[in-house]
Amino acid sequence: MALRVENLRIYYRTLHGYVHAVEGATFSVRDGEIMGLAGESGCGKTTLGHSLVYMKPPMIYMEGKVFLDGQELPIWDMRRMNEFRWRLVSIIPQYAMNALNPTRRIGHLIADLLAERGLSYKHVLPELKRRLDLVQLSPEVLDRYPFELSGGMRQRMVMVISTLLNPSLLIADEITSALDVSTQKAVCEMIIEFRNRGFVRSTIFITHDMSILYQIADTVLVMYAGQLVEKAPVEEIFRSPRHPYTRMLIAALPRVGARQRTERLRGIPGSPPRLLDPPPGCRFRDRCPVAFERCTETPPFVEVEPGHFVACWREI
Amino acid sequence: MARYLSRKLMIYIFTFFVAVTIDWLIPRLMPGNPVDIMVSRMALRADVAEVMRSYYLRAFQLDLPLWQQYLNFWAALLRGDLGISIWLFPQPVLSVIARAVPYDLFLLVPAILLSWILGNQIGAMAARVRWLDNTILPLGYILTATPYMWLALLLAWALGHVVKIFPIAGAYSFNIRPHLSWLFIKDLLWHWFLPFLSLFLVMFGGWAIGMRNMIIYELEAEYSRYLGSLGASQRLIRRYAFRNAILPQITGLALQLGAIVAGAVATEIAFAYPGTGYLILQAVQNQDYFLLQGCFLFIITGVLLANFVIDIIYTLVDPRTRLGMVGE
Repeated sequence: MALRVENLRIYYRTLHGYVHAVEGATFSVRDGEIMGLAGESGCGKTTLGHSLVYMKPPMIYMEGKVFLDGQELPIWDMRRMNEFRWRLVSIIPQYAMNALNPTRRIGHLIADLLAERGLSYKHVLPELKRRLDLVQLSPEVLDRYPFELSGGMRQRMVMVISTLLNPSLLIADEITSALDVSTQKAVCEMIIEFRNRGFVRSTIFITHDMSILYQIADTVLVMYAGQLVEKAPVEEIFRSPRHPYTRMLIAALPRVGARQRTERLRGIPGSPPRLLDPPPGCRFRDRCPVAFERCTETPPFVEVEPGHFVACWREI
Repeated sequence: MARYLSRKLMIYIFTFFVAVTIDWLIPRLMPGNPVDIMVSRMALRADVAEVMRSYYLRAFQLDLPLWQQYLNFWAALLRGDLGISIWLFPQPVLSVIARAVPYDLFLLVPAILLSWILGNQIGAMAARVRWLDNTILPLGYILTATPYMWLALLLAWALGHVVKIFPIAGAYSFNIRPHLSWLFIKDLLWHWFLPFLSLFLVMFGGWAIGMRNMIIYELEAEYSRYLGSLGASQRLIRRYAFRNAILPQITGLALQLGAIVAGAVATEIAFAYPGTGYLILQAVQNQDYFLLQGCFLFIITGVLLANFVIDIIYTLVDPRTRLGMVGE
């Protein structure tokens, strides 16, 4: 088990109270696994991803444990986490295009970061150049300022920087969201390539785009309103989803060749609950067609088949 | 680069021309004329006064049509001749100003530089140290919002009158002749302190507030967040933020330095400090066209030069501006 998360609860402190963004998340990611983390906007997937790397206020740690390669990550301790960041757990942020200091040459920036870890830029340079080549950037970008690169180039640059120290866990946060489909594909292939070449061990790929996960992920973890809903190997989640939310989510995907006249695109009626003081129990129950009395209690996230976890009373 | 600079230079020359024209025009838009004031001060008989009046009008060439005065003014200016002061007749304007400028530099250079350096440092610290933020910042806001005249008077009253530590007027004691000795230097510094302190306090508040806000903005920027996610130390993150936050402060500094020769009008009046600011007041009160023109000419030149220097420095410290030079 490369990553093991136990009962993680992350809230946001706001003027009106706590926002229950991630509630009791328990899951694990195997070595070499690319786990897709899916869900709609505001379901807590980015919060979950970020909490594993850089928990900045107003994000607050309530409880839970995170183990990576057998050692516990002190995710609640900003300072102690520094030792683990980048080297063991790294992130490609959603804002990758603006993630580089505009007034520092990219090579200098990398050298500064490496120097803090006692690593020499010269020493790393040959490997860095090989990786730039892999993402189709010429080595001369190292002498450039970030604003001299296009958005796509900057993103690829950040992908290389984030994975430079071969982290055990990479969190890729919505990295395909602002891209056109052909670039999306290229980026996805790079993520797979990074894994295959051992630049990163395991990856959590956060996205709201289910169809991308089908191409890249080994497993998919679906979240809804801060709760884990279902986790299964990718084929299984598309072929035989167990949770009503996942089913409706998959059913809502457009099918190639479908005509609007014969088959209207379906959605899920209703909207997610507010995460400020949410009601106890399954948070999907107000929109769920098969809800019953028991759903006022929080369903456990249990393994119904090997590698297939569901949080639904109907499936137990 | 050469093209960029020569284009900039053209703009500055044009600006100089317009500014100097306005400089020439403004004193002449004041009601009355300097010769009247000068003659009336002589307290002569009416007929003699009239003779004197027409003599001085001719001497200062104020009897010519305006367009001719204007052309003469440019011709003289290009020869480096700023005319004769009316207030301190018959001293040439240039030497009057040359005597005042050292006092401006002596007062303003330390006040501006020290307040800039300390203001930036303290402001950057205030962005992350809560108790500093809660003490320095409100103080800074009060200081910069205080009418300067009032603050100067308050200081002069408190430290010069109530607690008689510092003198409240002049650049040195009246009973000492300027000369190079420890006694005179001590006296000079002693007179210098209050005007300096008043300027320093006001400017310090401004710099500190500006820096604090810029740093907070930079620390919240996405690149800072990314550095944090990669486990960079607070030291590195702050170093980057500071470097980016200081850019607008550099512009502010250069502008302040450019306006140095203007002296600090309010300070020099409040403490009767004999710099250019003090000259400007006297020139206005005496309708001294030439002295006023001369003072403003120094200000114009200073501000333009400073701007030009910023343009060059900026291309060195902020790589983003360098694009403008290639992309034309």
